[in-house]
Amino acid sequence: MSPAIRIAGVTKRFRSLQALAGVDLEIAQGEFFGLLGPNGAGKTTLISSLAGLARPDSGTLEVMGHDVVRDYRAARMALGVVPQELVFDPFFTVREMLVLQSGYFGLKKNDAWIDEILHHLDLTSKANANMRMLSGGMKRRALVAQALVHRPPVIVLDEPTAGVDVELRQGLWHFIRKLNRDGHTIVLTTHYLEEAETLCGRIAMLKAGRVVALDTTANLLQRFASHALKVKLAAPVVLPAALAAKATRQESTELEFGFDRFDEVAELLAGVKSAGGTIVDMVLGTPDMEQVFVGIMNQN
Amino acid sequence: MQGFNTLLYKECLRFWKVGFQTVLSPVLTAVLYLLIFGHVLEDHVQPYPGVNYTAFLVPGLVMMTVLQNAFANSSSSLIQSKITGNIVFVLLPPISYREFYSAYVIAAVLRGAMCGLGVLLVSLPFVSFNIAEPVWIVAFTLLGGAFLASLGVIAGIWADKFDQLAAFQNFLIMPLTMLSGVFYSIHSLPVFWQGVSHFNPFFFMIDGFRYGFFGVSDVSPWTSIGVVTVCFVVLAVITLQMLGRGYKLRA
Repeated sequence: MSPAIRIAGVTKRFRSLQALAGVDLEIAQGEFFGLLGPNGAGKTTLISSLAGLARPDSGTLEVMGHDVVRDYRAARMALGVVPQELVFDPFFTVREMLVLQSGYFGLKKNDAWIDEILHHLDLTSKANANMRMLSGGMKRRALVAQALVHRPPVIVLDEPTAGVDVELRQGLWHFIRKLNRDGHTIVLTTHYLEEAETLCGRIAMLKAGRVVALDTTANLLQRFASHALKVKLAAPVVLPAALAAKATRQESTELEFGFDRFDEVAELLAGVKSAGGTIVDMVLGTPDMEQVFVGIMNQN
Repeated sequence: MQGFNTLLYKECLRFWKVGFQTVLSPVLTAVLYLLIFGHVLEDHVQPYPGVNYTAFLVPGLVMMTVLQNAFANSSSSLIQSKITGNIVFVLLPPISYREFYSAYVIAAVLRGAMCGLGVLLVSLPFVSFNIAEPVWIVAFTLLGGAFLASLGVIAGIWADKFDQLAAFQNFLIMPLTMLSGVFYSIHSLPVFWQGVSHFNPFFFMIDGFRYGFFGVSDVSPWTSIGVVTVCFVVLAVITLQMLGRGYKLRA
């Protein structure tokens, strides 16, 4: 079985900017995959190259075994892309736009599927509204609908929840998860790291056009993040050097320590107490993707 | 083919939805030209023996409307899509660059022909003539329209902002159209300017188109159709190469 996406040795330069500096990546069919990185890391360029919107200087990209240049028709049929920018055609209604998009992909009678998408994305009542009349969140969901009209096996979502409120975001993820359960491969880029942590089984992190981390979400959390103990004191104290070295943050009456084993908590609390600190509040934090992200980006 | 059919349909639907601006306005503009120039010059100019000035003017205005609107359709559609970003909707699907080109050009020719037909119909109460060679009318409408539509595709792709497109339209298309013999026969010009007119492809489009109405023209319609065909083919090849390379569309 061919991978959903295979990227080999892809480079892309825009004048003096090396947007992609040799990216190799393979995403299996059925994965929920996260592509993370700071702004300018090359995520959108990589997605654009995959979708045929940008032409790499070297390397190859395949979607479901189809080369995106040589076999572009099959590759594009297999791919649905939700672009990052909130773009729309002001001449058409939501339904007209979806019918047109179906036609571009060679589908004549697609009304049943269009109705289903509209239902799942909570857009049924707006089907005959002009795109200009929709709110930002609705426009975003309409973009998702457009990417799905041809039932692509691989769906790429480039920051799909930017500007979408919490309720709608949850509805969107519910639908995307369903698509993933139904066998669609999902590739997600997002700046909401908790979303990536919750949804993605595997994550790649890009920095300056290179993949700097690639592993399962669980492994990344285990390797790069630790639990956190956050303590609030009644008054500031001076910690002994050994304890201060374990603190990841110390601001006035607030202290934060990282730890891997829970039996370390008692030692840390005892150390604070013996330094003269009176604890007025305490929180235990679990490892999160933000820690992983910051750690990896600082390493590289 | 379905992708091409849909893109063609979408391009037609796009201009039809704003028909006041894209069809009725150009017809009104051309009719105003007809009324004003016809009124002022009718008794002073007889371009061809047996053809009065207003009748002479009508085919020129019809063709000018065809050409300007064919250019306007493809160029404005592309630049709007580029600036608003919705061009991705036609770049992501499996539509080849040849299908892309054909859809934009055919839709533009249709709009041009529709506007031209509108001008002709509205002119009928003011003039009477028998159409001498309708095949030439159709041939020049299609080839001239396709030439300008291709030029519109090039301008729409090349321009990064509306200002650049307006410059293309106002400093190239408009002068070449106005100086192509829409309002006069080039035989009324000094010899030097008659020669210069032969370097303007728009002159051959207008002159050949007019031949279809009167069976009379400044140059042979075969010469005109040859020039227009060569110009169209050259422009089509350039446009297809731009699209094939993804110039300004695919980074």
